[in-house]
Amino acid sequence: MNHFFDMKYALSILPDLLRASMYTIGITIIGFAIALVLGLVLAIMRRSDVQFIAKPTALFIEFIRSTPLLIQVYVLFYVAPIYGITMSALTAGTIGIAVHYACYVSEVYRAGLNGVARGQWEAACALSLSPWRTYSGVILPQAIRPIIPALGNYLVAMFKDTPVLSAITVVELMQQAKNIGSETFRYLEPITMTGLFFLLISVTFASGVRHLERRVRLP
Amino acid sequence: MRELMPLLIKGTLVTVEIAVYGILLSIVIAGVATALRTAPWRPVRWLGNIYVEIFRGTSLLVQLFWFFFVLPLPPFNLALTPFTVAIVGLGLHYGAYGSEILRGALRSVPGGQYEAAIALNMPASARMRRIVLPQAMINALPPATNLMIELLKGTSLVSLITLSDLTFRARQLDESTFKTAQIFALTLVIYFVLAQVIAFVMRRFERRFSSHVARRAVPGIAK
Repeated sequence: MNHFFDMKYALSILPDLLRASMYTIGITIIGFAIALVLGLVLAIMRRSDVQFIAKPTALFIEFIRSTPLLIQVYVLFYVAPIYGITMSALTAGTIGIAVHYACYVSEVYRAGLNGVARGQWEAACALSLSPWRTYSGVILPQAIRPIIPALGNYLVAMFKDTPVLSAITVVELMQQAKNIGSETFRYLEPITMTGLFFLLISVTFASGVRHLERRVRLP
Repeated sequence: MRELMPLLIKGTLVTVEIAVYGILLSIVIAGVATALRTAPWRPVRWLGNIYVEIFRGTSLLVQLFWFFFVLPLPPFNLALTPFTVAIVGLGLHYGAYGSEILRGALRSVPGGQYEAAIALNMPASARMRRIVLPQAMINALPPATNLMIELLKGTSLVSLITLSDLTFRARQLDESTFKTAQIFALTLVIYFVLAQVIAFVMRRFERRFSSHVARRAVPGIAK
């Protein structure tokens, strides 16, 4: 036990941790895909001219953004079954984190949509494009390009929030590390390796985002 | 409702306590880290940058668990109370984010202001206190408000290291009374109100700060 960091032990638990990290990455990718779509829907609903839609959407976004993810996940996992919606921990966790970040992402979309010049909306209107064509052909391509770095930051932030799901028994990386720790009573290696893994993936994601930013930049 | 409130309020007080100490500690740490990162010696700058990258690159929960589970065991043998772990963990995590905000805000002060202060033969401390910081604060306060709300939300994670904060009390009540929906709805509302209080106080603070300083028009930044 007097080794500072037992390499042999670290290697022996590596396969288990890698398997669990697949869950972490999977939750992040699926959750972020949902958040991107839902966030756009929320952003467009918030811009709606109908106050009946815009106001409640704004309140919903503000509420989700200023309450902890942990409680929201608890609500999905413990409260939803009372109303007949039973989900596995993995589903509840993924939906919870997706909705939480959809609200953050919708604020980013809002900034992007506000950045599109008025003339573009008027031009689309003058050409009598349908709302669908207006958004998909004219507005969104201009709105999304400048917000890609901000979206990327939320991807990384979401990835780093996945350990919260361990509280509702999703066996992602952090939970796996804790399980290993409680079996062998050695916490140093599993938890340190978890931290290193997060650091590694965060840095990789961040550099990927920078690469994407360069790729989509207008010539 | 009547049976729920006493315990939830007790938990809220713990949450507020942790949030306040956490915010104070993270402000101090953000200041120190920024000082390190702008120091004239390269090894010191590296130290500051490594700290910020590590604490921004990993999860808050991983950091809390690391302090809570790893430190009491050999080779560290450093058993901290959950309360200390919570404050130190939150302080270090959000201090790293705060340092980024502070650095950006200091950079936003035009170079001419530094030069003018030097030309007036001001000592470095007065230059910082009277010229640079008041101007930097105007840019630092809005993102700092967001970060404080993030910290408040982050305090919910300390329930997982056995501290009896609001989230912990909610879970405890849920297990004993089974009024799940009511309990969690109340908890969400309490967190929402606390966040609004932070936003309100900080807006007042912002107004106080910016009233002394004439707004200059920065070309290219529409606000």
